[in-house]
Amino acid sequence: MTISEQVPNTSSTSRPVKLVYFAWVRERIGVAQEEMAIPSSVVTVRDLLHWLKDRGEGYEQALQVPDVIRVALDHEHADHDEPIGNAREIGLFPPMTGG
Amino acid sequence: MAIKPVIRVQRDDFDIAREIALATAGHPGIGAVVTFSGICRDDGGSLAALELEHYPGMAERAINEIALQAAERWPLQAITAIHRYGRVEPGENIVLVLAASAHRQAAFDGAAFLMDFLKSKAPFWKKLIAADGSDGGWVDAKESDDEALQRWSAAEGFERS
Repeated sequence: MTISEQVPNTSSTSRPVKLVYFAWVRERIGVAQEEMAIPSSVVTVRDLLHWLKDRGEGYEQALQVPDVIRVALDHEHADHDEPIGNAREIGLFPPMTGG
Repeated sequence: MAIKPVIRVQRDDFDIAREIALATAGHPGIGAVVTFSGICRDDGGSLAALELEHYPGMAERAINEIALQAAERWPLQAITAIHRYGRVEPGENIVLVLAASAHRQAAFDGAAFLMDFLKSKAPFWKKLIAADGSDGGWVDAKESDDEALQRWSAAEGFERS
């Protein structure tokens, strides 16, 4: 979780993360998953949602109300004020409607 | 007693009688089994099917966590939770939860708890396929589903039986 644990590389300001999308979040963004370099300025889940929202029209449409989006870090539900830490897979989806 | 919940996320249908037999086999202390099954309804003829999407990997894990919480809270001797994904038509099964205990109250409560948490915490989403085959959009989450969770935290101070 700490900076000292990060492996030094040529682009130390960002690291690749696998983003996976479901239901209408997936439909609006237009892809089911993608690898993305997340800048180090993105600390919390909330930061990530706002950063992603500015990446294009589909993202804007999917994330226009960030508060309703649910997020999972490596398959675990996460609150919006949690740090994304070293999560390798981040899932973004609407409130769940199973059962 | 530590129990190992049976959790399955699958495209195929399931057989409730078979799941009861499997869950109770080898547990002569079980005196009560409660099952809940959720079935696809046709909404007055307007619905042709549901298309259930899930988050592979996370779905099993999230349901297992809910099951372990139920096992901590009630003296359950068996738990089964099965959730289908893909196309499900009216009359077909969507989900099964099973809770078994020595006595009925823990089995009733355990099954209700599992189902309430599964609806709001397990990563599944339902899309409506209208009777004419068109996309009927995604089912909206209900506030009542979140409210259903509240009663379990409100009851937290209650004596376990």
